[in-house]
Amino acid sequence: MLGWLLYILNKHEKFKEARFLVTAIVPYLVVSFVIEVIRLINVDLFNRWHSWTDAIQTFAFIWGIGTWIVTRRQRKELIKARQKAIEEEQNNKVISAMKAQLEIDVAERTAELRKQKEELEITLDELKAAQAQLIQSEKMASLGELTAGIAHEIQNPLNFVNNFSEVNRELITEMKHEIESGNFTEAKDIAKDIEDNEEKINYHGKRADAIVKSMLQHSRSASGKKEPTDINALADEYLRLSYHGLRAKDKSFNAKFETDFDDSIREINIVQQDIGRVLLNLINNAFYSVSEKQRQEIPGYEPTIKVTTRRLGDRFDPDNDRDRVEIRVADNGSGVPKKVLDKIFQPFFTTKPTGLGTGLGLSLSYDIITRGHGGELKVETKEGEGAEFIIILPTQ
Amino acid sequence: MKILVVDDERDIEVLFEQRFRREIKTGEIDFAFAYSGEQALDYLNQHVHEAVLILSDINMPGMSGLELLRHIKQKFSHPPPVVMMITAYGDAENYSQAMRLGADDFLTKPLDFSVLKEKLKEKVQ
Repeated sequence: MLGWLLYILNKHEKFKEARFLVTAIVPYLVVSFVIEVIRLINVDLFNRWHSWTDAIQTFAFIWGIGTWIVTRRQRKELIKARQKAIEEEQNNKVISAMKAQLEIDVAERTAELRKQKEELEITLDELKAAQAQLIQSEKMASLGELTAGIAHEIQNPLNFVNNFSEVNRELITEMKHEIESGNFTEAKDIAKDIEDNEEKINYHGKRADAIVKSMLQHSRSASGKKEPTDINALADEYLRLSYHGLRAKDKSFNAKFETDFDDSIREINIVQQDIGRVLLNLINNAFYSVSEKQRQEIPGYEPTIKVTTRRLGDRFDPDNDRDRVEIRVADNGSGVPKKVLDKIFQPFFTTKPTGLGTGLGLSLSYDIITRGHGGELKVETKEGEGAEFIIILPTQ
Repeated sequence: MKILVVDDERDIEVLFEQRFRREIKTGEIDFAFAYSGEQALDYLNQHVHEAVLILSDINMPGMSGLELLRHIKQKFSHPPPVVMMITAYGDAENYSQAMRLGADDFLTKPLDFSVLKEKLKEKVQ
């Protein structure tokens, strides 16, 4: 029966846990059984071995308890280890689930970011296009301001070209007449007049030509090359164009303009239409400022613009061997308020009412002078008394 | 007949002298020139009643031709001189403003002198 029991315990998995009971109890049971058998068969032998059997029985009992304790401990550790394994397995499952989720998340985010990046790129392209358009419209806007001035500046020379050439035709007829009559002194006098008139026709024709050329240069979008330029002539031309343009637009507008040009300035290397645009801008601003002040009807106020050029040679800056030229555009308008002074060269900043200014004039001017020509564009102003914009250009 | 021509273009003087050389020779027309509105007013103040006819440009630095016109019509009313405006801007606004201020005629540059001569004859008669 014991053999069978042992067999069952060994065979069946669920009795495995009870196996230690066998190991613990069976020796005691066997010993007790053998002793009992001995006592029944031979009491003398039992009595003689009594102390020995007791010891063996006690030992078996102690063995049983020791086995139980050791087994229990082992079992506890086993359970712990098993639980740990289960936990680990669960952890692993959670981690791999999280990993999968993370990968999905990352893929989603990446797609989102890519989409955003593409959108941003499109927006950037649109902005660039808008900027280019704005720069072009700023050019065209100032060209629009120019056209009235140009009309005036062209009609005036044309007036001379047409009329002097008609006069010359009459004079030639007269001269022929005098020659036929033998009045050679008179004929010579007339010839002299014809010659003078011819010179005037030529002069005014060239004047009209220069105006048309500068208009074309102004509207040309590609940045041109640096050429030796007479800065005084350029400043004078744009001062006149700006003045007549403003007068054409606003009949009530009136201002004095003065020039003080330094004749010692030789031709300097600049991109003509760019510097022309800067000059036109600064002069237009100056005229705008004085015309705004004129509206306040301050008694005795005389709107005045002054354009000055000066060579900044060794005399002014002995340490600097680079020759420089200074162009000042001064007005006695209202000046630039302190709180906007640091903003005036920023793109899109304007104090003009909506629709009147793009806010790009000064920022473009600043760009042209500093980046395009390695010069400086500064402003000196006193609120309520006027502003003076100063361009400093290197001549080399 | 005395005519005051007001224009900031200096060559105007030579042009008028040549185009009217016959009239000048015969003493039919006598010209005076001023190169700004201010100069024109100075001239008129010094030579009261002398100029019968004034030809003025509109676009000039300083006092504009239209302002000069207003001054003349206000100050020199006995008898009011004939004022003709000559401008490079032939637009409607310039025209109507000149007329409102009392201009007697309005001509555009480039100037047609045969038209001008006819108009001068008309005004004088």
